[in-house]
Order: sequence, then C-alpha cells, then structure tokens
Amino acid sequence: MIDEQHIVKVGMADLNVIRGQGLIRTTGLGSCVGVTLFDPLLKLAGLAHVMLPSSSIAREGALNIAKYADTAVPELVNKLKALGASQSRLVAKMAGGSQMFTFAGTGDSMRIGPRNVESCKAMLSQLGIPLLAEDTGGNYGRTIELDCETGILFIRSVQMGIKEL
Amino acid sequence: MDLFKDFEEFKMDVLKEVGNIGAGNAATALSRLLDKPIDMAVPKVQMLPFEAIAERVGGAEKIVLAVFFRVEGDTPGNLFFILSPEAAKKLLHRLAGIEVESGDSFSEMEWSAISEIGNILAGSYISSLADFTSLSMTPTVPALAMDMAGAILSYGLLQFGEMGDSAMLIDTTFIEGKHEVEGQFFLIPDPESFAKIFAALGVPMSHD
Repeated sequence: MIDEQHIVKVGMADLNVIRGQGLIRTTGLGSCVGVTLFDPLLKLAGLAHVMLPSSSIAREGALNIAKYADTAVPELVNKLKALGASQSRLVAKMAGGSQMFTFAGTGDSMRIGPRNVESCKAMLSQLGIPLLAEDTGGNYGRTIELDCETGILFIRSVQMGIKEL
Repeated sequence: MDLFKDFEEFKMDVLKEVGNIGAGNAATALSRLLDKPIDMAVPKVQMLPFEAIAERVGGAEKIVLAVFFRVEGDTPGNLFFILSPEAAKKLLHRLAGIEVESGDSFSEMEWSAISEIGNILAGSYISSLADFTSLSMTPTVPALAMDMAGAILSYGLLQFGEMGDSAMLIDTTFIEGKHEVEGQFFLIPDPESFAKIFAALGVPMSHD
C-alpha cells in the first residue's frame, strides 16, 4: 500500500492487467466482485471488477465483457495468456460480493453480491484455475490491490481495516 | 444505450422538474422538522458513466451515510438520501437535540433516527412525484449503510448495468444554513420507467 508505486486502476465493469512491478487496484467494491489472477512465474497479474453474474441478462448493444462474471473471467485469462501467462500456472483470489443493504422482502437484485461470487467461482472452476483465497460476503465495501510481484491481495474496508490474502 | 442516445434537452428539463418537485417537497418536510429554512440547488440531470456517479459525492472511497429505498409501482427505481457522517451528526443534533457522540460511529438510537428522517424525506419525495405524475410509486422500507460511496451507489446501478455502462441520475442537493447540513438525493429510475414518466407528463417519446 505504498502510493509512490506504479498503480493500475480498474474501474467498475472494467478489467486490466499489469506485469513486473506495481499494484493493480479497484475501489469501492460493494455487491461487485474483484477477481484477480496471478502468474507467479512471470509476475503477471490481472483484475476484473465484475458487476453482474451473467451476460445472458444483457440487453445492451455492444456487450461490455468486463461487466459480467461469465465473460470477464475468460477475457482476463485471454489477456494474461496474450502476455505469455500459462493458464495452468494461474491462481485466483477474489473479494467483494457483499450485501450492503438488507431488506425484509429480499428481492433477487438484493442478492446480487452472493450471485456474483457464485458465478465467478463457477467460471474459475470451469477454467481449471484454483481459488487460493477469498474475502467475500458481509455487508461492507472493499477496496482491493494486488501486488504483482508477490501475488498478495490487500483488502481495505471501513470496518475491518487492512487485510492480506 | 439507444433509449437515451438522443434525449432532447426538454426531456432533461422534464426530469429536472421531477427532481425539483421531489426534492423540493422533501426539503419542505425537512424544513418543518428542523424549523429552519432549507435551500435547494438546481437539480442536475445527466447520463453519467458509473465511475462518475460516485464522484458526485466525493469519489468511490469517500465514506458516506446513505439511506436507500427501492421505489416500487408503475415506475420502479432507486432512491438514495446521502449525507456525510458529519452532516448526519449535525442533523441529529438540530433535530432531536440528541447529544451526538463525537467520532465516526453512530449509536443505535442515532442510527434509527437517521433512518426515520430518511424515511420521512423519501416519503415526501416519492409521494409528491406520484401526485405530480398520477403514477403509483411506493418506497420500500429504508435500508441504511455507512460505507464507501462506490460500494453503496453500485446498488442503484444494477438495472442500468444490464443496458450499458452509464445511468441517468437525477441529483438534487439541499443545504441548510451556511452549508452546515448538506444532503443529496439521487434518484435513478429503472431504464424502463422513463417512457412511463414521460407519457404520464404528456411528453411524447420518439421511437426510432
């Protein structure tokens, strides 16, 4: 968490990769999930800020594949492979997927956090990428940073402070 | 997002008026509660990229207190009443004479008082819109959270998320006294609700 470092920022419904040195970060994850992939040999890392579980509900013209779990995870794998990563070396960590608000009559959209988490996990297992660690659920927001040298995922939240995975 | 591609200026003006009426009534309700005049800024209505929406309250990591309502009925949507934690403390003090604890935490009583204030304000916001448009709109029970703005506001963007990467935001700020208590209403109607709002107000929707 040193600010002078090279930092790649990933916005909501966005994904990006980083190699060599520095951090890749996304801020304010609520029901959204931050999925990170890491190739420890090449020190290559990628992060997707996933907003919705499945692209099957998409009604947009040009699909933003970074937004949906089922399209963002494969795309992130492809981006890392294009930089030389081997799919068999990739390991995943993820955080987010909380339920910021609780209601008496919990509608489907209120359960979006857990659904995002489930969908990301399903994609990872489909692609044969092990999920090493996760900090998901709860009712609070998270900002996450992955160090692409070490693969350590830093998670910051208002209530919990800083956590390392 | 073809639906909003060529939203004419006057449609934006109609949405501004929607914000004006809703927040205006909420401001009146707050003014009665506080027995003080409340000013309101001109509503900002804009199609904003998701990232830019949290910027309106100080960025994705800014800690805000938000009361969230899902609006149900003819024109579903999401309504947030947003305060800084400091403003919330001041509001509680003014309103209930609650001797607020300093620091960032809120007691259970403070928490439920904020929720109730939010409920009153949202109730007047939504019921005045319902009257104005003759549409049925009912806010759900309030849900309260204090956390990163990005994490909170993303809940209001899910419906737009299925259609694109930006959302139509009706943003109204009210100010008490010398900016001592400042709060914001964010109304984000579901994409499907706009046609109904316009139809109810006699604004023709163009179809391409």
